[in-house]
Parts: sequence; structure tokens; C-alpha cells
Amino acid sequence: MIQPTSGTITPGRSGATQRRQVRTLPLLLPAVILLLLWSILPLLQTILYSFQHYNLMEPPSAYNGGLNYTYLFTDSSTWTAIWNSVVLVAGTLVASIVFGTIIALLLNNDFPGRNIARLMAIAPFFVMSPVAALIWKNLLLDPVSGLAGWLMTLVGFKPIAWFSVYPMVSIVIIYSWRWIPFATLILLTALQSLDTDQLEAARMDGAKGLARLRYIVLPHLGRPISIVVMLESIFMLSAFAVIYTTTNGGPGHATTTLTYMIFIRALNDFSIGSASAAGVFAIVLANILAFFLIRAVSRTLQA
Amino acid sequence: MGGLALGCLGITAAHATTLTIATVNNPDMLQMQKLSPQFTKETGIKLNWVVLPENTLRQRVTTDIATNSGNFDIVTVGSYEVPIWGKAGWLAPIKNLPASYDVKDLFPSVRNGLSYKGTLYALPFYAESSATYYRKDLFKAAGLTMPAHPTYTEIEKFAAKINDPSKGIYGICLRGLPGWGENMAYFTTLVNTFGGRWFNMKWQPRIDSPAWKKAANFYVNLEKKYGPPNVTSNGFTENLALFSQGKCGMWIDSTVAAGTLWDPKTSKVANEVGMVSAPVAVTPHGAHWLWAWALAMPKTTRHKADDMKFLEWATSKAYLKLVGKTFGWVQVPPGTRISTYDNPDYTKAAPFASKVKEAILSADPNNPTLKKVPYTGVQFVAIPQFEGIGTEVGQQIAAALAGQKSVDAALAQAQKATARTMKEAGYH
Repeated sequence: MIQPTSGTITPGRSGATQRRQVRTLPLLLPAVILLLLWSILPLLQTILYSFQHYNLMEPPSAYNGGLNYTYLFTDSSTWTAIWNSVVLVAGTLVASIVFGTIIALLLNNDFPGRNIARLMAIAPFFVMSPVAALIWKNLLLDPVSGLAGWLMTLVGFKPIAWFSVYPMVSIVIIYSWRWIPFATLILLTALQSLDTDQLEAARMDGAKGLARLRYIVLPHLGRPISIVVMLESIFMLSAFAVIYTTTNGGPGHATTTLTYMIFIRALNDFSIGSASAAGVFAIVLANILAFFLIRAVSRTLQA
Repeated sequence: MGGLALGCLGITAAHATTLTIATVNNPDMLQMQKLSPQFTKETGIKLNWVVLPENTLRQRVTTDIATNSGNFDIVTVGSYEVPIWGKAGWLAPIKNLPASYDVKDLFPSVRNGLSYKGTLYALPFYAESSATYYRKDLFKAAGLTMPAHPTYTEIEKFAAKINDPSKGIYGICLRGLPGWGENMAYFTTLVNTFGGRWFNMKWQPRIDSPAWKKAANFYVNLEKKYGPPNVTSNGFTENLALFSQGKCGMWIDSTVAAGTLWDPKTSKVANEVGMVSAPVAVTPHGAHWLWAWALAMPKTTRHKADDMKFLEWATSKAYLKLVGKTFGWVQVPPGTRISTYDNPDYTKAAPFASKVKEAILSADPNNPTLKKVPYTGVQFVAIPQFEGIGTEVGQQIAAALAGQKSVDAALAQAQKATARTMKEAGYH
């Protein structure tokens, strides 16, 4: 007895909504399905592989429980790789924010040739990673034929084999060289939107240059800096080209990041199973990081 | 684009096929590519070349065959892959070679290395062993004579006397670039001759054995004292450049370098270079390697008959003659055919020929070590896991050479990682 009443009401309601708004689902569906196919299927495939003993050189593949994960978490080189990723991302972030802020402040002043200087400061960002890596490896940091080696012999030092003695520092230097311009670009744009009246008022109240920087300029840069942090971390987590072109992850595991480790497992060892397990782990880590980053950024945007 | 090409071909020539060939960007292969219009003229078969660096080639070809993609009709493979892929059924066997091909003329050790259970799976394009190169002028100036079969003790003594970094001359150049086909190819021969081995008969890694420690300490010490700076970034190509520019007193590496070093067009020291056998420490077993680059047909090819035509053409006596006439006899792909070494044109142009022949004939991949081993291969272990193992151990050796960690720590880490990989692969 109750059912028919509720039955008569519901169609009436939905009929009313139908008249007022267009059904959006059919319009969204093609895009949603494509997106699912594009992103979810490969992910599911990866998860599936991560539970298999699957080596390209040794077909066929077979389910092996969580063995790939057991091996992944008990392998000390996994933790080395994660630590290396953290060092690489953090090192590049610190360098690009510190130097990016300094360069942006300098370029914000008026001086002859400012436009050319700005262009030159931003140019490295448009050099492709492998090209940048080759330039640094062969022309700048090479102990025999590089500029750095030549400069050091000029002042009487022995040239340093950068990539074998300070491998991670070298990688961070190269990536910073590429990413400082990006930070400069964003911070410079932000500086240009800084209200000059405020600075003028502070100056008239007797605030010195350093105090104006500390209490007006830097707080104003907080928001763009958080955006730089988010974008750069996302890009740097998947950094690969420079490592591949210069050190190949070595010597030892000194520059093997999580990304490079997955590459080695998949395309050097051809062990798709363990590479997938490491890949799934990397996705989880990246999502945790992304969660906090996006929260931090949206907080600064709301403030 | 493939469909378009097929469509066009269908109109122009009913029988013309296009073969896709994957090969390495080594000088000898680039010559083959340059000479291939001759093949197209003779047979009407068109060729589509995919020329890649060694590591990239290996990745592309392996993934292509393993996933049945069938992009390649002919692939370039090495002594390491052929037995493994033959066993896995990834390569089509080479059958019905015509008498004119003279298969018996191929060096037996090379032919065996390209077979699995007596069946040939690839035809050799060039083959190499390893040897010691040295600078005659520097040895003369220092009052030294290089014996025909040096020992590692002598090599160390020579390196100390010749080393003169202030003049830009380093006592001895060796491979330091990590990789199973780079530093580990050389380093494995060093371990072999010091009496070591990768695995015992139970497939347990023996990297923590005294022989490995002795070999590693010797290598690190030698290169740190008498090697060029930045050794860990020097592979075969880098050392070839260093030696041909006159920066190395000695160099132990592939015999294929001889063609470049003796050619005045590519080498500043063409008149001063000498070649003797690879040095020996405790045992001659596995002191010099054996490697062949060969052409093979993946199981996925659709043009077997046409593939065979190209395989025979590129590895034939006639091809070697064609290279000799076009580029000069010193440039002929070495190490594959006995008849090359009986050819006066070649022996005159290549004074190193007899040494190369001796090295290739005496290398024995079936007995590579002093103690018995369950594997074949002198400078590699012919199991699918070796690419991963060799790369990992290569990194550890490079870390020790760069001074990032001690030799003992590097070997301990290498032993641990190898044991792990073998366990993961189900050997234990």
C-alpha cells in the first residue's frame, strides 16, 4: 500500500526536475569514460602487474602474492632512492626559491638593458633537460675539458670530477639552473603587482630597505612561492632526463631517485612486476604529498 | 604511414617488400647502412633502418619481441642475447644456408656462441675479443719492453713508469663507466683471471670471495694511481677517444678498437700503437672476452625468406670484400670469418690481424673460469637476470672507484643485491 504512493510521488518529482534542467550525465559521459579509460585502466593494469612475477625475458607471468612488495620494502636501496628523491626535490626547491627571489628583486629595479637581462635570466627554462644536462656534463663540469676544471686550474686547484665526487650536488645544480628561471618568472610577476603606495608609505614612516623587504615584500611573495613549491615538487618528483644523461643513477646509488629506480627495474632488468610495485608505491607517496601541498596552497589562496 | 607505404608498394612493384632493421650505431653497422643500397639494387628488397645506441636498442628490441609487437624484421643482437632468446623461442632458427655461404668459414667459437643446443640462431656481423694496446714510443723512451703475454704485475709496473699526468699522459686507461656491457665486461675478465667467478655450481653469488676482493682492490688502486681523472665516466667510446688522442700509455679493451687506432685518419698515434694479449694474473681462463654482434630474425617477422637474403648478404665473404674496396681493408668488420685472416689484402692493411685471430680462437665461453661454473659466457653470465645484476654490481664497482665507498662495502652490497635478485628469480 505504501509503495504505490511513494511510486507516484517520485516520478512526479523527477519529472519536475527534468523540465527545469538538462540532464548533464549523457553530455559528460563521453569525457568521463575517456578519462577513466585513459587514467584508471593503466593504473589498474599496473596494480595487477605489481602482484605478478612478470619478467619480459622470462615469460609467462604468474601471480606471486605480495612478494614484489615484500622485496620492495625490505630492499635498502628503495629507502636510499626515496631519500635521494627528497634531497633532489628539496635541494632544487631551496635553491630556486632563494636565488629566484634574489634575481626577481634585482630584475624588478630599473636599470639600462633590463628587458634583455630579464630575457637572459629566464632563457634556461626553455632549454630541454637532456640538452642542459649535456652542456653541463661536457662543457662546464668536465674535469679535463670543462670550464669549471679550467677555472680551478687557473687558481691552482686540482679540477674536480664533479659527477663522481659530488654526484647529487651536480644534479641539483643542473636542475636548479633550469628551475631558478621559473621561480624568477613567477616571483617577478608577483613583484610587479605589489602596491608601490604601500612601500612609499612605509618609506615615509622611516622603514629601512631591509625592514620593507622583511615586512612588506616577502609576505606579498608568500602566495607565489607556495605555487612555485607545488609546481616544482610535482615536476621534480618525476625528474629523470638529467640523471639519465649524466650519472645513470650512480656512482653506486648516489643519484638513483625513485623515478630512476623504476626505470631501471622496468627497462634494464625487464622486471615489470617489481617495477609496477615500485610504481604503485610512488603513486601513493606522490598523492600523500599532493594532498598536503594542495591544502597548503589553497590555504594561502584563501587568506 | 605503414599502410600508405604498403599501398604505394602495391601499385609500383608487386613483389617488393620493405624490411625494418634495428641495429646499433657502431661504425661497422653504419658502414652496412651506407652499403645497403647495393643490396636493394641486387634484390629489389627495400630496407628501413632503425639505428640506435646500444642500450636503447636493447630496450626497444626486447620489449618489441616480448610483447609480440612485430615492428622489426631483422634485429641486431649480441652473444649474450642469442642463447637466451633462442631458448625462449624468440628467434627464428637459421636454416638451409647455401653452400656458397660457407658456414664452416665462420670462427667456431663465434658460431657456438650464437647457437643454442646446436642450432644456429643468428649470423655474426663482427666479433671481438679483448687485448692490451700500448704506446711503443712511450715504452721505448722509458726503456721498457712489452711481452707478448703480459701479466697484471708487469702491467702495474709499466703503468707506474709511464704515468706522467703533467704531460697529459696517463699510465693506463680502463673502463669505469657503470653498466654490464661497460665496466663489468672488462672487470669480469679481471675477476676471472684472478681466479674468481660470478656463481658457484649452486647458483650462489661468490662476489664476497677473496678473488673478487683482490681483483677489485687491484683495479681501484691501479686506476686511482695511474688512470685519467673521472674514470667512472669513461666507457669504450671515451677510452677510444683518449687513446687515439695520445693520452693513454696502455689500454685493455675490445679488439675492435684496432681498426680505429691503426687508421691515421682517426688516430693521432696510428704509427706508435702496439697490441699484445690481454694480461693474466692467476689463471689464463677468461682473461679475455668473446663477443659478437649478429643479425637475427625475431619470431614475429613476416618476411623470413627476404630476411634470410639480407642476413646472408651482410655476413658474406662478398660483403667483406665490398667494405674492403669501398672503405679500405683496415675497416673490414673483423672476427667473423677465417678466410678474412688468410686474405693478404687484409693482413697487410691490418698488422693486428694475427693477434685478434689468436684472441678470438683462444677465448672459451664454455670454460670461462678457474673453478667450475653453471653458466657460459666470459664477460657475462648467460641468464636473463644478468643485465640487472651486472648493472647493479657495475654501479657498486664504480662507487668504489669514485671513492664513494670502500671496496669491501661495495662488494658486500653487490653480493647482497645479487643474492636478492637470484632469490627473486626463483634460483634458491
